[in-house]
Amino acid sequence: MKTTRNIDSIENGIIIDHIQVGNGMKIYNLLHLDALECTVVLIRNARSTRYGRKDVIKIEGDIHLDLELLGYVDHHVTVCFVKDGEIIEKKKLTLPHRLTNVIRCKNPRCICTIEEGIDHVFELTPNKTYRCIYCENPAKT
Amino acid sequence: MRHMIDPLDFTTQEVERLLALADDIAADPSRYREVCRYKKLATLFYEPSTRTRLSFEAAMLNLGGSVLGFSSADSSSASKGESIADTIRVISCYADICAMRHPKEGAPLRASMYSRIPVINAGDGGHQHPTQTLTDLMTIRRRLGRLENLTIGLCGDLKFGRTVHSLIKSLSRYPNIRFILISPDELRVPDYVIREVLEPKNIPFEEVTSLEDVMPQLDVLYMTRVQKERFFNEEDYIRLKDSYILTEDKMKLAKEKMAVLHPLPRVNEITLPVDNDPRAAYFEQVQNGVYVRMALIMTLLGLAE
Repeated sequence: MKTTRNIDSIENGIIIDHIQVGNGMKIYNLLHLDALECTVVLIRNARSTRYGRKDVIKIEGDIHLDLELLGYVDHHVTVCFVKDGEIIEKKKLTLPHRLTNVIRCKNPRCICTIEEGIDHVFELTPNKTYRCIYCENPAKT
Repeated sequence: MRHMIDPLDFTTQEVERLLALADDIAADPSRYREVCRYKKLATLFYEPSTRTRLSFEAAMLNLGGSVLGFSSADSSSASKGESIADTIRVISCYADICAMRHPKEGAPLRASMYSRIPVINAGDGGHQHPTQTLTDLMTIRRRLGRLENLTIGLCGDLKFGRTVHSLIKSLSRYPNIRFILISPDELRVPDYVIREVLEPKNIPFEEVTSLEDVMPQLDVLYMTRVQKERFFNEEDYIRLKDSYILTEDKMKLAKEKMAVLHPLPRVNEITLPVDNDPRAAYFEQVQNGVYVRMALIMTLLGLAE
C-alpha cells in the first residue's frame, strides 16, 4: 500500500528545534543551508508549548553542523539527531565558551587588525559578554 | 613554558615569591650578577620606550646576561610586513627570553602562541603592562608593608592608561582593597574593568572627578600622564592633558604615610617640588622596576630556585 509522508518529516537527519521566532532564516543563511542538495525545511512561527511560537529547521541527510556557531546565534535551540525516523539524540545548546572566526574584532588598536592569518577568537566572560582574547574588547554585532 | 602576558598570569602566591626574590635582589644585587651568564634577552620594541626597554636591559645585564633587539618598528622586519607569529619564531632561535612592546593590543599574546622562549609583555597598546604592575606592587609593599587593606586612588587617564588596568586587576585579588577612580568623564576606566573585575568581586570603588576631595582617604595615589599617542584627535588631547596636577598644596591634604606612585615619564601632572616630599615614591619605583624584572627573568628562565 502506498503511504504518504508529511513534507516536513524526516527519516535520517537533523531537526533544529526551539529556534526563537525570527532566527530561523538567520540560521538558515549562516549555516549556508541553501547550498545543500538534500531536503531542507524551514518552518516559521510554529506553535510551541514552551515558547508559544518558534521556528524549526529540518534537514534530511547526514551533515556536519557547526554547533558552536548555532549556539552563539541562538542558545535556546535544541538539536535532535534522527535515525530511521526516530530521534536518537537531543542536544540542548548553550552559549559556547570560545568562538573562532565567528565574530570579527573591530577594535582598531587590536593586533587582529594587522596580523596576517590570525584567527579572531572571542571568549565568553562570566557576565555573558564575548570579548576578544587579544584586546579584551567586547564583541560588536 | 611560562610567559608573562597578563598581570594575572601569576597567582598571588607566585607574585609573593617573585616580590620576595626582588626584595632579596634589592638587598644585595651583587649576589645575582652571574645568575644569567650566557643567557640572552631579546628586547622587541615596536614602539618607542626609553625606560621600560632600558630597565629590561639593565635587569639582564645585572644578572650577567646579554641583550639584543630593536627599539622601533622601523628598524625591525615589521617594516617589511613580517607578522608577529613569524618574528617570534625567528627570535626564538636567537635568544632565551624576550620582552615585547607593541602598539597593538594583544601582540605579546599572539607572540606567546608561537614562541619557543618565554615572552614578557612590556606593554601592548592601551591594554596591559604587567611588569609595571609588578613594579607598582613591589613599591607599595615596600612602602606600606602590605598589599591588602588599602585605599588606592588612581588619577588621570584611566581609559588608555594600561598601567592602571593592570594594577586594578592585580590588586583586586587582595583582601579589603578599595579603589577611588579619579578622572575626567572622557577618560574614565573602561567598562570591562568595572563589569568584569570590580563588580563580580564586590570590590568597593567610586568614580570621582575631584582629586582634592578624596586625598585624605588615600593610602596610595597613582598618578598617570594623559598620553598624547593614545588620542586619534589632538583637540581632545589638548583639552584633557592638564586635568590633574599634583602640587605641594594638594599633598597637604594627604595622609602622612601615603605613597605617590607614577609609571613615568611625567610631563606636568606632578609639579617638581613634590619630588622632595618623602611620600613621593616614583623614582624608587624605577629602581624597583629593575629588581622586579631581574626576578621575573630568573623566574621565567627557571633560575629562581
